[in-house]
Amino acid sequence: MGSTDTATRSKILLVDDDQDFLEVYWEFLKTLPSGPEVHTASTGPRALAMLESDPFQLLIVDLNMPKMDGLQVIAIARRKYPHLRIVVWTCIADEHFRARAYGMGVDQYWQKPGSEHDRQNFLDSIESIMQRDTQGGFRGVQSKSLVDLIQLECLSQNSSTLKITNGSLKGSIWIQNGELFDAETEELKGETAFRKILAWRTGNFELLPGDEARERAIFSSYQGLLLEMAQEMDEAGGPVAHNDGSHVGMDGMTPLVGLTRFEGVQFVLSVGPEPKCELKSYGLESVDLISDWTQKSLRDFSDLGDFLQVGPVQQITAMSTSNNVALADSSKGDLCVGFRSTLRSDEVRETMRNILAKWES
Amino acid sequence: MKSFFKKRTQRKLGKIPSGTFSLDREGQIIASTMPQWFPVAEMRDIGGRVLAFFRNAQQAQMPLQELNVYYPTLRVTARNLRGGALIFLLPQTLPKK
Repeated sequence: MGSTDTATRSKILLVDDDQDFLEVYWEFLKTLPSGPEVHTASTGPRALAMLESDPFQLLIVDLNMPKMDGLQVIAIARRKYPHLRIVVWTCIADEHFRARAYGMGVDQYWQKPGSEHDRQNFLDSIESIMQRDTQGGFRGVQSKSLVDLIQLECLSQNSSTLKITNGSLKGSIWIQNGELFDAETEELKGETAFRKILAWRTGNFELLPGDEARERAIFSSYQGLLLEMAQEMDEAGGPVAHNDGSHVGMDGMTPLVGLTRFEGVQFVLSVGPEPKCELKSYGLESVDLISDWTQKSLRDFSDLGDFLQVGPVQQITAMSTSNNVALADSSKGDLCVGFRSTLRSDEVRETMRNILAKWES
Repeated sequence: MKSFFKKRTQRKLGKIPSGTFSLDREGQIIASTMPQWFPVAEMRDIGGRVLAFFRNAQQAQMPLQELNVYYPTLRVTARNLRGGALIFLLPQTLPKK
């Protein structure tokens, strides 16, 4: 058990196999306004032993370490110390690791600071975590909707920056003292960006400290905007983007929207037969780029099938850590369907087969 | 009628290639376990299509690592190797009745 002094003074455990980083950040973290007691460990087993012997409020851990990596440390620490705050601090920029870490319940995922500005952001964020701990409050909900989160932040009169990732898409929403201030994604800003981000169906988010220097670009109330969005999505049966980027309702789109009811489907794109090549899409951002790629890929591999005398292309599936996608030719034109990256290759193939059957019918 | 297009070597009908080959980002074959009767030019042709698939996907903001093309009698599987690719040609047998 810790002493009274330990209970009142926050304790941070910094874990990294790079001794230089440990020394430098030990110095930085000690100077935080909350005045934490900073301890260091250069291996996973050593860190776990220290967590066992002393109560810590925050664990900052690197991922890439010999013998026992950061994910193993997180898995054990999260199970044994459910109220320990965990921040990942790594050079790995891979979305797959970020998603895995958040899935394991870490509070934040940081790439090791590459500039003075990054370093200050990192330290501000750590200070914000320490202060929230001293102010009390509940935590532990790992999966909540974006609307819930915005409502919570606004109702609590918080100042925060929400960073949202949806596959390759990234967006940010700024909240100042419980008011929506600005949003940004791709080339969009303000209310338009906010609507776009809220139309995403899945993704990861990070809650970072507020940015007081941010100029206000959204002047509508968050309640009004959320209500409007909810009505639009309800009428459309979900977020529907036409190929010209406009949002449309279910009329004329029902068959395509119906395809998204299949397990794991994230977006659907259909390219009608030539010569019109009419585009219809649901849940997709870069419609033109993806439709060109779909048509070219199906044409290329169809030619190859003819030449090798192995028959027509039945289906093309492609995987990555962030996207799974399936392409197929149908009597109604080309079809491109995006799936959650957690689906296995055989699951994607089987679902696509069912989707094609429904689409053809 | 005279064809203006380059004539491709015709293989024996019904013979489906089986094997693996890898190629670099320029489309040059690095290693192969393909049968000798299967021309190198055709491996390059398949490789070129596969590399274009990954490259175009990347340009469409959808980086991909694995590709499966299903034909009734052949499956082409490819892995993206930092610009190059490892390609498997797997003949598909019909299910026994």
